[in-house]
Amino acid sequence: MDRLMSLCVPSLNLRMHRSLIDSLEIQSCYLLSEHSCLASGFGSIHFVLLVSRQGKVRLTKWYSPYTQKERSKVIRELSGVILNRGPKLCNFVEWRGYKVVYKRYASLYFCMCIDAEDNELEVLEIIHHYVEILDRYFGSVCELDLIFNFHKAYYILDELLIAGEIQESSKKTVARIISAQDEMVEAAKEEAGSISYIIAQAS
Amino acid sequence: MNSIFSGTRLRDMIRSIRACKTAAEERGVVRKECADIRASINENDPHDRHRNLAKLMFIHMLGYPTHFGQMECLKLIASPGFPEKRIGYLGLMLLLDERQEVLMLVTNSLKQDLNHTNQYVVGLALCALGNICSAEMARDLAPEVERLIQFRDPNIRKKAALCSTRIVRKVPDLAENFINAASSLLKEKHHGVLITGVQLCYELCTINDEALEYFRKKCTEGLIKTLRDITNSAYQPEYDVAGITDPFLHIRLLKLLRVLGHGDADASDLMTDILAQVATKTESNKNAGNAVLYECVETIMAIEDTSSLRVLAINILGRFLSNRDNNIRYVALNMLMKAIAFDDQAVQRHRVTILECVKDPDASIRKRALELVSLLVNENNVKQLTKELIDYLEISDEDFKEDLSAKICSIVEKFSPEKIWYIDQMLKVLSEAGKFVKDDVWHALIVVISNASELHGYTVRALYKAVLTYSEQETLVRVAIWCIGEYGDLLVNNVGMLGIEDPITVTESDAVDVVEDAITRHNSDMTTKAMALVALLKLSSRFPSISERIKDIIVKQKGSLLLEMQQRAIEFNSIVDRHKNIRSSLVERMPVLDEATFNVRRAGSLPASVSTMAKPSVSIPNGVAAAPLVDLLDLGSDDIMAAPSSSGADFLQDLLGVDLGSSSAQSGATPGPKAGADLLMDILSIGTPSPAQNNTSSIDLLSTAGINNNPSNALDTLSSPAPPHIATTASAGGMFDLLDGLSPSPSKEATNGPAYPPIVAYESSTLKIEFTFSKPSGNPQETNVQATFINLSPNTFTDFIFQAAVPKFLQLHLDPASSNTLPASGNITQNLRVTNSQHGKKSLVMRMRIGYKLNGKDVLEEGQINNFPRGL
Repeated sequence: MDRLMSLCVPSLNLRMHRSLIDSLEIQSCYLLSEHSCLASGFGSIHFVLLVSRQGKVRLTKWYSPYTQKERSKVIRELSGVILNRGPKLCNFVEWRGYKVVYKRYASLYFCMCIDAEDNELEVLEIIHHYVEILDRYFGSVCELDLIFNFHKAYYILDELLIAGEIQESSKKTVARIISAQDEMVEAAKEEAGSISYIIAQAS
Repeated sequence: MNSIFSGTRLRDMIRSIRACKTAAEERGVVRKECADIRASINENDPHDRHRNLAKLMFIHMLGYPTHFGQMECLKLIASPGFPEKRIGYLGLMLLLDERQEVLMLVTNSLKQDLNHTNQYVVGLALCALGNICSAEMARDLAPEVERLIQFRDPNIRKKAALCSTRIVRKVPDLAENFINAASSLLKEKHHGVLITGVQLCYELCTINDEALEYFRKKCTEGLIKTLRDITNSAYQPEYDVAGITDPFLHIRLLKLLRVLGHGDADASDLMTDILAQVATKTESNKNAGNAVLYECVETIMAIEDTSSLRVLAINILGRFLSNRDNNIRYVALNMLMKAIAFDDQAVQRHRVTILECVKDPDASIRKRALELVSLLVNENNVKQLTKELIDYLEISDEDFKEDLSAKICSIVEKFSPEKIWYIDQMLKVLSEAGKFVKDDVWHALIVVISNASELHGYTVRALYKAVLTYSEQETLVRVAIWCIGEYGDLLVNNVGMLGIEDPITVTESDAVDVVEDAITRHNSDMTTKAMALVALLKLSSRFPSISERIKDIIVKQKGSLLLEMQQRAIEFNSIVDRHKNIRSSLVERMPVLDEATFNVRRAGSLPASVSTMAKPSVSIPNGVAAAPLVDLLDLGSDDIMAAPSSSGADFLQDLLGVDLGSSSAQSGATPGPKAGADLLMDILSIGTPSPAQNNTSSIDLLSTAGINNNPSNALDTLSSPAPPHIATTASAGGMFDLLDGLSPSPSKEATNGPAYPPIVAYESSTLKIEFTFSKPSGNPQETNVQATFINLSPNTFTDFIFQAAVPKFLQLHLDPASSNTLPASGNITQNLRVTNSQHGKKSLVMRMRIGYKLNGKDVLEEGQINNFPRGL
């Protein structure tokens, strides 16, 4: 599988080197959306969506309230629009009065929905920022990493965005906080392992 | 593996799901996994919880229901270990949203975790709260969050700051509590804390005026200094993005300065220098730099007038516009729309480039550019811009033609300097994109043509030529056959030639060919065919020499599968055959259509307003007093129940719209054959909107809307005794009545019964509702209410919906509203029928609710109406 991060190069529409599974292309895109239940005027990201080129959802994060039904509808509509856009087009799609910014990295489309008057270029940077952090964390990240470790992708996103706003501009800081938490989890696991080992021994 | 991973592991489940080749197979695997998870949940083994939830999250992402796992999240959150809490909070954010009741149960755990000794646990709780808290939770936990803004660890401070932004969005009243804490964050050095602190201040400023004043006074200078420091800072690898130090912080600072400077000349003055510096010094060859420039331009445009800065901003946009990167051009188009407001001239200079963007292969850019172009149009450049757009219409993508043609039409209508130009441009649009043109647009064109009597000949010849080439454009064909029907003689005789025209030779049978083509083409829709049939009838009188051929074409339609066409063919045939003496007066040219009334109606208001009521009925050339005419262009079809009428003659007259105040007497006095002619005339004419009394009975000859919503009335009509003086045309007349089933027919009650004054049922700052009443004769319990909704605001309401409730002794029937979009200072109407079973004892009372969307936000208004006139 192509490494997502080969896209860390500044140009947005990169074709990455082919590796294991299929050839991945990276691209960015903005989509616009307007949704009845969205609070507008706050200038935040309404939701984040990772969709594969085949239309499979890899990550969704909703910062504005959507019902389950609306969520599937949004995903369906947006992946229809984004996956069908040709290469070299701009990375913004106007959709239901909102704006969706998308960017393709290898086989994955990273999409973020913002208000129509928000700064699309900044959202492109946020997407790239996120991908760079993922890349550092997984070490040349690819789609499979995000499938099998989807929860890690969420943890990282939660260190980057809260309430749809960016919380940290330093990749290093995010990496440090994530690894500190990972260590705590590992430590707890070892402890549990040793306890159950002791119990097993005793019985 | 340790005990946590007994059974299928998460990894195995993902593998087996990925191995599925069909959706059905995948559903099977997921079903089995879900069953296992449920079973495991029932066993309540804490070891499996962690893994179960992870699996559920994956299943959830695939779109399967996972509500049964919600309680597991809460249990994990409540457990003491960090790994459990971590996954529990993740599940909470993923599987639940703020509207679920279950969420309330977690408030207590959150409160404990916010006070936890482990800072990472506090971080988890803050993150969850920031992402999904509801208004209630926000209220409950705000004090904890406020305290955490001062926490020793910066990681917690920044999370608490963003959490606070969510809290104040949910509960704006809490904003005051956060002002002090937020301003302390602005002095931070840690970028994460600074970014979130600035964001929190921005949020507070947009919500609370006090906060805005406070930050403006106390923090403007500090923020400017921070921005200057970071702009001038040396290379910092940790925060550098493409040569810019922390563009995210840049952008947030600029945003906050924007709200501080907006509406305050002093604050704006302070920030002039630094804005100029950012605007001139920022590298613009990378996206990060452009993102900062974008924000800087936004700020310059929003703060108080500093004209030299604005020149700078416009120049940046000009550079953006000529950038090769599509993203940058898109952004430029977007921002130029705002820039028009203060410097139209500067934006006009880029007109050529913007026009080029309309032709871009990228749909997003095209759409923006088209919006922008339509804002650039004025009296001076309309001809040139329209020409460019129409030229492009010829070669544009099919899916863009709809937007493009709609924009061109609205530009042409708004700025057209003269009628001939308007007609020319509309013909071009219809020729290129006729199938995308909306009904009201070509209706308007017909109204304009009808009003331009000196251009009738020119227009019909131009249309004739166009339709030969573009016969697949439905609306073009409709307008053409209407004009040929009306002005066929001008076409054949080259009457009213203008200097610019080339003479053409069109024989009578050439003209009929066009109409025949339209009626026989299999893909013409019913409206077109019906119009063609009427045109043929008119031509049969205009071209007596070939009336046999026309008759043949009409006769063929007797076999049409469309009931409507079949009936009309029979009727028209009998006119051609047996009523030659009245035919010519029947098919007289249409009277001039009333432009003003049409425009009023098009705007969605009442079909007939008071102003037309005062006018005498229109007289047509042969001196026959035309009764109110049937209205081809009727956009709002009103349904009103038929009321049985005392005499057949009245009824018929009602149906045909003759019976209005003064003219009813007149037409009643008209001798037999003429009256018959009147009636037929009404049917065949495309009329001016009829006066109010009659609009409900107008027969929408060609309207396809509201077909047969009341067929039984039509039958009633047929069986009602025909008055003797119409007997000469009985065969025609009787059948015409039948046609009324097509229109939202039924007759209005005669002018009997007491009149009720209209009332203002509701009035707010944005919306006014007026009710007018009428009673159908024969049933005193029933009242017809016409509600008119008037938008008093400068914005358009969309998704407008009116709901009403009445007590049990009333029955309410609501007809559909004329539109669900309420334009600024426009109005829409809706009919209500109320049956009062306690008539005479109790008067009407009604409670109502109005919902609509204003700028994308839902608005709900409610009220009770107690001021109905007595006796309804």
